[in-house]
Amino acid sequence: MSVLAKSDPDDLIRAWDDLEDKPKWRWLRKPETGLVMVRGRAGGTGAPFNLGEITVTRCAVVTEGGENGADQSYTGQGYLAGRNRRHAELAALFDALLQNSERRPALEDAVIKPLAARLEARRHQASAKSAATKVDFFTLVRGED
Amino acid sequence: MYVAVKGGEAAINEAHKLLAEERRGDLAVPELSTAQIEEQLSLSVDRVMTEGSLYDRKLAALAIKQARGDLIEAIFLIRAYRTTLPRFGYSAAVDTAKMGIRRRISATFKDIPGGQVLGPTFDYTHRLLDFKLAAEEGDEGETSGSDFAELPDGVAQLDDSMPRVVDLLKHEGLIEEERPGEKPESIGDLTREPMNFPVDRDVRLQNLARGDEGFLLALGYSTQRGYGRSHPFAGEIRLGEVAVEFVPEDLGFPIEIGEVTLSECQMVNQFKGSTEAPPQFTRGYGLSFGHCERKVMAMALVDRALKGRELGEVVDSPAQDEEFVMEHSDNIQASGFVEHLKLPHYVDFQSELELVRKMRRERREADLGEKDPQAVEAAE
Repeated sequence: MSVLAKSDPDDLIRAWDDLEDKPKWRWLRKPETGLVMVRGRAGGTGAPFNLGEITVTRCAVVTEGGENGADQSYTGQGYLAGRNRRHAELAALFDALLQNSERRPALEDAVIKPLAARLEARRHQASAKSAATKVDFFTLVRGED
Repeated sequence: MYVAVKGGEAAINEAHKLLAEERRGDLAVPELSTAQIEEQLSLSVDRVMTEGSLYDRKLAALAIKQARGDLIEAIFLIRAYRTTLPRFGYSAAVDTAKMGIRRRISATFKDIPGGQVLGPTFDYTHRLLDFKLAAEEGDEGETSGSDFAELPDGVAQLDDSMPRVVDLLKHEGLIEEERPGEKPESIGDLTREPMNFPVDRDVRLQNLARGDEGFLLALGYSTQRGYGRSHPFAGEIRLGEVAVEFVPEDLGFPIEIGEVTLSECQMVNQFKGSTEAPPQFTRGYGLSFGHCERKVMAMALVDRALKGRELGEVVDSPAQDEEFVMEHSDNIQASGFVEHLKLPHYVDFQSELELVRKMRRERREADLGEKDPQAVEAAE
């Protein structure tokens, strides 16, 4: 869910479009935008305090069983920062599909791992750019010493 | 007392049309997109998110556009918008020790595990206007990206572990410790309940986090200049991305809903001890959404100054006065009260006018009476 929430919505749209065998599904809860109060800690380690809110969009879907009745139905949740309803919808759909142990391994390989790799690459790049700004100041000896 | 007025609808509508026209400016100049504001005026966006107390870059960019770049007006729009949304709950406290660092410096220790990382900073620039940025698109000198950070092959990464610098001093017991409280359910939230003085540190930090940068900057500066002297050092300043974890009621387990960019400042202050506490380093803390470095530094200075009472210091300066600081830090409350003076106060002023006339008449009569009591009697 974390990977689905943090990924670029366009990547999710592409992954959904590429998906063969899309399930039938219906809303359990339509996308709704609200707020979550983000907390910090005094001094980083101390008592928690309320820093400020963040917009969050949530929704829930349920996939319907196949025509032969063999498939189960699965519930998927989308909970993510921001107000992108389509993003929340796709996150919930993938979450539902990932509940299905038969589909899970293929989806992990085809969708989640590439998305996670993209996130990792993004982090890697930011880290490398910052690493290039690492500084080692010299402390000068003062004249009077 | 304010007495309401009515009417003026046509004029108000025309004024709003004129405002829209002024906002758009010269039609020969291309319209600014909110995406451009989000990407290229990102520090304005960060300030509006922090003081608007709502993390949403797109909304902040829209507010800035609508407010014609007036950041306090934009903050007002954000504060108004947030009241229209339901509250899903509270996040787990973010762990800034696990931040994906983009900038991290310490003015107290030169050699720190993980190193000093300058990141994207105005520090050490010469503050000379760069006329290349003023060149129109297509002109010579257009920003081509050649000045941007490049990634040579096999470039080093930052260390995975970037411990907080202040935590390094803890081992010797030389620094005031920040311990987690016991009752998370009792964390004050001033968006839900009003402040009652004296307040706890949680409410104080929330108030400062959404407080006006200019106000906190001036107060922080005043502590450096001797009004509540506290001899600060920037123990550490860090900027980067932190995961936000939230336990939805319907799921019952924590999920990561996304990442936020945060700025954090840990001020370390010399403290010679008092009847309440031994000589040690004390701390001030600043935390904000986005990249608001000046804000978190000022916030940390003021947070430290407000610890005066609990540390047994002499409390006699504005920055140490909890009620003064916290009641005046909010720029939306402040501009609301200051700017309401623009609204028609005709009835109000008429009664004041009557009152002043009456007082003057009485004074004149009293003056006359002192000189010649009979003249007053005759006049009456």
